[in-house]
Amino acid sequence: MKPRIAFFDFACCEGCQLQVANLGEALLDVLKLVEVVEFREVMSEKWQGPLDIAVVEGSITTKEAVERIEKIRARSRILIAYGSCATIGGVNGMKNRFPLDEIRRTVYGEHAHDFPTIATRPVDQVVKVDYYVHGCPIWPPEFIEVLQSALRGLPRFPPDHAVCVECKLNENVCLYDKGVTCLGPVTRAGCNSWCTNNGNICYGCRGLVSNPNTKGAMDVLARYRVPLELVLNKMAMYNACREQGKTP
Amino acid sequence: MNDTRSFSLNVEYLTRVEGHGNIVVNVRTGMLEECRLEIVEAPRFFEGMLKGRTIFEAQHITSRICGICACGHTLASLQAAEAAIGLTPSPQTLRLRELLLHLENLDSHLLHIYLLAAPDLLGVPSFAPLITSHEAVVRRALRMKKAVNEVCDRFVGRHVHPITTVIGGFTRLPRPADLEAMANLLEGLRPDMNATLDLLASLDFPTFERPTEYVALVSDGATYPLLQGDIGSSTGARLPKTEYRRATNEFIVPHSTAKHTKWNGPSYAVGARARFNLNHAKLHPAARQAAETLGLKPPIHNPFLNTAAQFVECVHGLEESIRIVREFQVQGLDYGEEFTPGVNEQNRIPVHAGSGVGAVEVPRGILYHHYEVDERGIIRRVNCIIPTGQNLNNIEQDMRALVPTLVAEGRTPEEIQHRLEMLVRAYDPCISCSAHFLKVQCVG
Repeated sequence: MKPRIAFFDFACCEGCQLQVANLGEALLDVLKLVEVVEFREVMSEKWQGPLDIAVVEGSITTKEAVERIEKIRARSRILIAYGSCATIGGVNGMKNRFPLDEIRRTVYGEHAHDFPTIATRPVDQVVKVDYYVHGCPIWPPEFIEVLQSALRGLPRFPPDHAVCVECKLNENVCLYDKGVTCLGPVTRAGCNSWCTNNGNICYGCRGLVSNPNTKGAMDVLARYRVPLELVLNKMAMYNACREQGKTP
Repeated sequence: MNDTRSFSLNVEYLTRVEGHGNIVVNVRTGMLEECRLEIVEAPRFFEGMLKGRTIFEAQHITSRICGICACGHTLASLQAAEAAIGLTPSPQTLRLRELLLHLENLDSHLLHIYLLAAPDLLGVPSFAPLITSHEAVVRRALRMKKAVNEVCDRFVGRHVHPITTVIGGFTRLPRPADLEAMANLLEGLRPDMNATLDLLASLDFPTFERPTEYVALVSDGATYPLLQGDIGSSTGARLPKTEYRRATNEFIVPHSTAKHTKWNGPSYAVGARARFNLNHAKLHPAARQAAETLGLKPPIHNPFLNTAAQFVECVHGLEESIRIVREFQVQGLDYGEEFTPGVNEQNRIPVHAGSGVGAVEVPRGILYHHYEVDERGIIRRVNCIIPTGQNLNNIEQDMRALVPTLVAEGRTPEEIQHRLEMLVRAYDPCISCSAHFLKVQCVG
């Protein structure tokens, strides 16, 4: 029997499932290896039984979402978190920088009480995650690689060196030399320095490397006279959930 | 009591739409008592998160409201941001943004036509069974999506959350080899576009007509207005985009949980059908030809035909994209305009306090972004009004008109449910987008 796989989405833009759809005809090759039993955005079919692989997109931001992800985890042999919202909280984490009541009032005014919300959490701060595909959006070749590993039962560790490594190999001019601040020195690689190849800065969407070279990064900031506050604020765009740990 | 005279429908987690929504319908002895489309997407608080951040980050963050219309949000955001700080983009930048908007509409419409709407019209629950029954159709759909994606990759880095689009222009412009590849990919789409026309011409769309108000950007120029224009209505009313609040009039309905909009009538529709109805004469001749083949004439009062109007716009978008790319191949791009603003660390872009509105025709209708910034360009207030939010009121009005006719025809509750799902899908709702401002209620 083919492995049963389902795609689920929580608070997110659904751009990562679109990246999967964007694999084009290569997607058909993947689909031949598995049985997709649920994928709400493109399928009406639903499935309540056990799963070999659950592929989860989005952050956990409501009590209902906590219950839902716990149920999905309980019936799934393997859980893959994909996209920044799921792996590190992503842009949804910026909400946590405000008191929740205040941000609810900002957006919904007098109707704020109708919008229950809890602090944004990435999936692994609620349930165990077996594989990660970082990025906003995901880099499609990495998704295929992770899926292959999961199907073969092999471990797969996301790259743990800085985006600068890939950026240098791609022979880009350093953004600091262009006078702008970039998060490449502390951000986890694996995207083939997608944004800097295209002339933009790294926004840190894949999360920080596990052991960032803080001193080296500080030296860079000092050399280019970049205020620390500017960089910390930039890091908070994707990485605001980082310090919360696993307390529910 | 006859089953079809009294029933309730409660469709939780409507499938094949972008985002999470429910349909609730109650019919008692043939009378429609309750009918609504509920939004259950988790709110993400974008307007709140943007407060206190620099305007130079607004595009990057608001693009993340929606993966499908990321380029649409990008364009509305940049337009609003530049208006707020008082920056006028170059003619080259504006022309390239037009190209991006054509590609956005093309990509999103193709996704909707093939993956979300076609399964209903072909009588299957999703594209998955089509892989065996209609393999050529599935392969064509994926091939077309991929081609448009590759064009976007070459042009702005990627389609989902474009990389190079920034305040003031582009961090990287496509090189001559990129332009050539883009033109070839786009021209290569023409045979598949013709095959799509044949497919759509062979399908039966449900018949149902309900005239309503149609709202789209309008202009006095000869171009089909997508990136720029005033807000226009089929009633003849017209307002500048800065007056968008007077054209949307958001309000709360006691029996419904979602914020609705209206302008001159009880509800209005935005999107491909509304644009077609208002601006049909300005479409590319090939698009008008496609409309004729499909038997489409303005005004289209059948909401199910929005999908067909989307295809007509695909033809328009494809031909206009080819024209723009070929033009730039001849005249060349000014690469001196490439630059990386970051968060404007070098103060290369003068910034002043102000307020700016962006109004752009994205796949599902007019998208408004409105920012207020202080003298340092720090965002103080944000308001976004999303096409799907504007359509919700009109969808409900359609459902109220449609359900009694289906009941009178003696349709089963299952048939009625399916037809209502098709109706909602025809509007191609983007619930991830709309959830950031709609009042949310979980059904239970």
